[in-house]
Amino acid sequence: MKAVIAENLINTYDNGRVRALNGLSLDVEEGTVLGVLGPNGAGKTTTVRVLATLLKPDSGFAQVAGIDVAKEPDEVRKVIGLSGQYAAVDETLTGWDNLIMFGRLYHLSSKQAAVRATELLEQFSLTDRAKSPIRTYSGGMRRRLDLAASLIVKPKVLFLDEPTTGLDPRGRQDMWGVIDELVKGGVTLLLTTQYLEEADHLADEIAVIDHGKVIARGTSDSLKREVGGEKLEIVVENADMAATREIVAKVSASAVAVDEGMRRISAPVTTGSKALIEAARLLDDLGIHPLDIGLKRPSLDDVFLSLTGHVAEEEKESEPVDARAKRKRGKQSE
Amino acid sequence: MSNFSNGVSDALIITKRQILQLTRVPELLIFSTIQPVMFVLLFRYVFGGSIATDQPGGYVQLLMPGIFVQTVAFTLAGTAVGLSSDMQKGLIDRFRSLPIARSAVVFGRTLGDAALNIVVLLVMGIAGYLVGWRPSSGIFMITLGFLFLFVFGYAMSWIGVLIGLSVKEERVAQNVTFIAVFPLTFLSNAFAPTTGMPKYLQYFAEWNPVSTMVAGCRQLFGLKNEFGATAGSFPSEHPLEMSLIYMVLLMAVFIPLSIRKYNNTSK
Ligand SMILES: Nc1ncnc2c1ncn2[C@@H]1O[C@H](COP(=O)(O)OP(=O)(O)OP(=O)(O)O)[C@@H](O)[C@H]1O
Ligand SMILES: [Mg+2]
Repeated sequence: MKAVIAENLINTYDNGRVRALNGLSLDVEEGTVLGVLGPNGAGKTTTVRVLATLLKPDSGFAQVAGIDVAKEPDEVRKVIGLSGQYAAVDETLTGWDNLIMFGRLYHLSSKQAAVRATELLEQFSLTDRAKSPIRTYSGGMRRRLDLAASLIVKPKVLFLDEPTTGLDPRGRQDMWGVIDELVKGGVTLLLTTQYLEEADHLADEIAVIDHGKVIARGTSDSLKREVGGEKLEIVVENADMAATREIVAKVSASAVAVDEGMRRISAPVTTGSKALIEAARLLDDLGIHPLDIGLKRPSLDDVFLSLTGHVAEEEKESEPVDARAKRKRGKQSE
Repeated sequence: MSNFSNGVSDALIITKRQILQLTRVPELLIFSTIQPVMFVLLFRYVFGGSIATDQPGGYVQLLMPGIFVQTVAFTLAGTAVGLSSDMQKGLIDRFRSLPIARSAVVFGRTLGDAALNIVVLLVMGIAGYLVGWRPSSGIFMITLGFLFLFVFGYAMSWIGVLIGLSVKEERVAQNVTFIAVFPLTFLSNAFAPTTGMPKYLQYFAEWNPVSTMVAGCRQLFGLKNEFGATAGSFPSEHPLEMSLIYMVLLMAVFIPLSIRKYNNTSK
């Protein structure tokens, strides 16, 4: 069964001037994780807001846990958890206060709310900061508390809007661990992200969106195959470019890309570190000392490059300038 | 029925949150009461000497109801700023994603601001007493006067809800409320007789809800309404009735508008 269905969603802001969703369709199988991957302004937050009943789209159909979002938003709210792009908790109150308040708003008794708050604080490693005001929390702690608040009553469908944006690598790892646990618990999850790596790690399936539309769908493996997997990248002095190019061509089965300006030579490789070692050895044989050498995992940019022929970009170049400025302003005041 | 009682308990949870904020950050409470007390002292000792009145007990008797009304009128600033800050921080979105009554958050907020007003009125009453305010109408009428003030503050608070949900930024909310309330409190009989104003302003001042409230409270505290403008008009003859009408009107207009706004904030 599908836990989330969105069909042909269209949503505009600023009286139709900004088309945030432009016929977006997606679905999530029950008990699985869909990663919605897209650059800034692609429409990720707008999608989440529509599905979480916060925004009525101009047109299109959305269903969550079998319930029509437009017709029975109250019923949808009973079965979803939402953690938005920016932590939305009361900063003057403590973590404990917040969880109790949200627990009570989910109609738990004071006792149930206290039990649940204790559990969640433990689960999210926040127990020792439970009685401090949120304003003294780090960004990562805030995000964890925000997520905890959306899990008070175990939701059937959970929406996480860029759960790790702004976290340091350690915080990101922690958050991934937490999300992994949730998924093991059987929740259906729709998460948005700007990082292919994150979608790769967390999601069963990925929907790539751009300008309010899904432009590709598939497992991370199938997307990566499309993109070409890992790339070998070597930066050398100008004098060594030609020789290096030949070496890269030798270890890679695919076409070699040369960036003259950056003095960078790259090509997709399938054998991972083996190709890297091979290339390093060949360079060394010729006495070439690369300025930089490494394997690069495909990024969102690479996905976009191969899907659309252009890199991920926030603004359409053809748009008139004032419309763009306006959109930027709208975003800041959001 | 159970829907209704759920709605009420949801609203009270939001109210409780505000009270909790005051205990977590006591400065909030302290500064909300210092400002009105400062007004009491400033008007009493700075202007008090230059405004002549033959009222027994002097200017302070007329002044206190004015300051009370001004203070509760400004409740709407707190409401507006609080709500717009919740909007900006995304809290309103979170509340809207919860399975709670669609009016719980705004009702809870106005009740919380009203609760704060009880404390503020109490502190001001004491401050007034210390600088010579002596209402003479007996405990029942005095209580009724405070009840009027309390309900007026509550009604005004709903204007604040609409402002708070409509502006995009806390600071804008702050400015808009000041622009809305200051003229109302000064173009009134709160601090000086309206008879010194140009004629057209006198009309405004006479019908101004702040004036009817001030005149009404003066009555309830046992004073003759000496600062009223042109005698004989309905609001100056019947300030209490007129005030009640204003309160009902304010709530009848702004409660539905605010709830609608709350449910559509994203569009
Ligand atoms: N309240 C608003 N008013 C006007 N335009 C808006 C508003 N919210 C979003 N937009 C515009 O709609 C488009 C989609 O925005 P959205 O926030 O959904 O993107 P996103 O994928 O979440 O981006 P990000 O990665 O930056 O969070 C953008 O062009 C944005 O500027
Ligand atoms: Mg976003």
